[in-house]
Amino acid sequence: MSRLELTGISKQYPAVRANDLVSLRVEPGQIHAVLGENGAGKSTMMKIIYGAVQPDEGQIRWNGEAVKITSPAHARKLGISMVYQHFSLFDTLTAAENVWLGLDKSMTLPEVAKRIVEVASSYGLDVDAQRPVHTLSVGERQRVEIVRALLTKPQLLILDEPTSVLTPQAVDKLFVTLRQLSDGGCSILYISHKLDEIRALCHHCTVLRGGKVTGEVDPAKESNASLSRLMIGAEPPPLRHESRTPGATVLAVQQLSLAKQEPFGMDLHGINLEVRAGEIVGMAGVSGNGQQELMAALSGEDPRAAPACIRMDGKDMAQASPVARRAMGLHFVPEERLGRGAVPTLSLAQNTLLTRTETVGRLGWIHTGQVQRLAEGLIARFNVKAGGADAAAKSLSGGNLQKFIVGREIAAKPKLLIVSQPTWGVDVGAAAQIRGELLKLRDGGCALLVVSEELDELFEVSDRLVVIAKGRVSPSVPTAEATVAQIGEWMSGLWPETPEATQEATAGVATKVAS
Amino acid sequence: MIKLEARPQPSRWMSLASPLMALAITVLIGVFLFVILGKDPWRGLQVFFIEPVKNLYQISELSVKATPLILIALGLAVCYRSNVWNIGAEGQFVAGALCAGWVAMQAGPDTAWLGRGIVFFVLIGGVLGGMVWAAIVALLRDRFNANEILVSLMLVYVAELLLSYLVYGPWKDPKGYNFPQTITFLADTRIPRLVPTLRAHIGVLIAAVAVAGFWLFLFRSYRGFALQVGGLAPAAARYAGFSSRQALWTALLISGGMAGLAGGLEAAGPLGQLSPYVPAGYGFAAIIVAYVGRLHPVGIIFSGFLMSLFYIGGELAQSRLGLPKSLTGVFQGLLLFTLLACDTLIHYRVRWQRAAAPSNVTKAA
Repeated sequence: MSRLELTGISKQYPAVRANDLVSLRVEPGQIHAVLGENGAGKSTMMKIIYGAVQPDEGQIRWNGEAVKITSPAHARKLGISMVYQHFSLFDTLTAAENVWLGLDKSMTLPEVAKRIVEVASSYGLDVDAQRPVHTLSVGERQRVEIVRALLTKPQLLILDEPTSVLTPQAVDKLFVTLRQLSDGGCSILYISHKLDEIRALCHHCTVLRGGKVTGEVDPAKESNASLSRLMIGAEPPPLRHESRTPGATVLAVQQLSLAKQEPFGMDLHGINLEVRAGEIVGMAGVSGNGQQELMAALSGEDPRAAPACIRMDGKDMAQASPVARRAMGLHFVPEERLGRGAVPTLSLAQNTLLTRTETVGRLGWIHTGQVQRLAEGLIARFNVKAGGADAAAKSLSGGNLQKFIVGREIAAKPKLLIVSQPTWGVDVGAAAQIRGELLKLRDGGCALLVVSEELDELFEVSDRLVVIAKGRVSPSVPTAEATVAQIGEWMSGLWPETPEATQEATAGVATKVAS
Repeated sequence: MIKLEARPQPSRWMSLASPLMALAITVLIGVFLFVILGKDPWRGLQVFFIEPVKNLYQISELSVKATPLILIALGLAVCYRSNVWNIGAEGQFVAGALCAGWVAMQAGPDTAWLGRGIVFFVLIGGVLGGMVWAAIVALLRDRFNANEILVSLMLVYVAELLLSYLVYGPWKDPKGYNFPQTITFLADTRIPRLVPTLRAHIGVLIAAVAVAGFWLFLFRSYRGFALQVGGLAPAAARYAGFSSRQALWTALLISGGMAGLAGGLEAAGPLGQLSPYVPAGYGFAAIIVAYVGRLHPVGIIFSGFLMSLFYIGGELAQSRLGLPKSLTGVFQGLLLFTLLACDTLIHYRVRWQRAAAPSNVTKAA
């Protein structure tokens, strides 16, 4: 008898058919992967199983019995628990208080704390129940979420992209726990688009594409290439990465320190960084380690940096406005596409005006015809699928909007392009295209700094790698000499202070004193 | 069962239809109201919607009310589009009237060489007065992060008290039989009328030019674009490098200036002197005008005339039907209220849905 069986599940949203006659069968103790690109219908399916969304048609059987799961509370009662991709913890409360909040109030807080310790130790999960959540690392927060899910003794645990915020070492630790759970008879639904992980961990894999099941396979017997064919229908073309001698230093960051602006932000400590013309520097790191703060300081959105800590082409721009930096040739692609990189309700044409002002006359009047042509040009050149230049930014899919925004900045012919999470939430085809465009820009002599949480991506495009952790940036290593294990270790903040790095730091101090 | 379902995209058609639906519902409730009050609803509607446009005189009166409403609402539209919540246009209106009045009272034999040209300076005085009053709000917000909603609202009362102080004290007309009012302004300083026999004045033309100007500013100028990005997506404005401080000052100075201009036109136009009756609620009513007009200059023309219809209708209802004049406020409030309700339909659509059959109820629970 299967633990969970879905047959012919469909869900129609106003604009899209998110699930189309989807079937799924999970056995007891099975680690079952659900693989698919963003927008393939994975989340909708999970929400249906967790009772957050009702299907339009189809049947759900739970331990052999037909059920209609009406709400998440109902799902939990049946024995289904879920760990979301974006954690739902209150920063100011302790781990125990957070867990307690989500339970029915049959247990007192001290009892809950005791249960947490019991459950955590039996699965080798290291959780301090009394610490406020904001002091916990991302991996620790996830453990709190998992413990919370396990407290209800689930028969099915759903994990939504659980490794997107973890270091490679933390991923290994998580896998040990999951295997232990599965040995104990708990079924696990593991949602991901990371092929290596699925092949290493899962017993069975259901592949979704465009809301339909396109494959039912044993991941251990598949290759990355065959899985990705099932997922996107084709293999992404390999990138050509030719080695090149980089030119002069374009961006020089020396001893940049900056106090955080928000209570749960990250202070930046003595950051040194150099990016030269014609090279891509990749910055790895788990999110929340100061990337946001560093990006704001580099883009000019946060102009509080001490004078001369940030130089471009030798000129101090630590306190220059974003407009002044763009005039010097610095362009930036932020990680939030809607609301920061683009105004959701405005058209693509109007959105070009955020960073491109060649269509504005000298008296400040907008030449609407030129704006329109600029947007149409970008749509054609970067293969953006949109309803034309008048389509609202929010009507585009994530990948297409990202192509538009990256294209808008690339077409401005920057000297230095800083890109944050270039392919976050972007489908595989668009991601490959964006990476290709970045490499093309590099070959044209532009200096690039790419910040990403995806190590694969950084290894693919970068010439040199640095790691950001706890508001500090590591010395750089040439990508050819780096290993995933080494970068993973650095991501937890442990890197050797090489003589070269110390030298660089002292040189930075010396310049600062001299200036 | 009625179910609201999110639309994939806001309906453009609905955003135009919504004000019309709101008007229709307002009229319906109005009919109901007349019936309860024991009046013939047909006659009531006639008084509110037909009589105010029956002849040239009434239309001229309509324009006298609509002019300040439209001018103020244009400024407020810029403000609200940039996410700056100035609700104290009434205070900026009074401050504008005070300054314009002061300029008008300086007129005498020394300024006779200016002729009718002095009107220009009277209006400039009004604009500056409103700007200064709004600048206080901007300064407190910029310097101390004081909430502009509260500050602008409270400055309304300060402006009104200042007006009272002046007309009861230093500016009181010595030959005015101790009435709290200033001297009647000299004929040269009065706002020129369009036709000598009607009260409609050149403010109508100023408003028409302003509508075109604001349309260009909002939809064709980079400055106007930057302001609106700040209102729609503050993070995007920071990313683009549009200064939020600049947006704050620009929006408040523009809306203050427009309210001040309306105050100057009113003081030197229909009123002709300053008295405690200068504040007539235009500043507050203009908030409704701005929203009913979809914060769009062209929409504001229509909503401005609609709101003045309610003003005149209320007065007529008092004289013709013996109903209280506060009916104006009731209608204005109803219109805003129903508009907010109808606006839901821009983002949602209504679906009729049968309740789920009881046989599907959970077995396992």
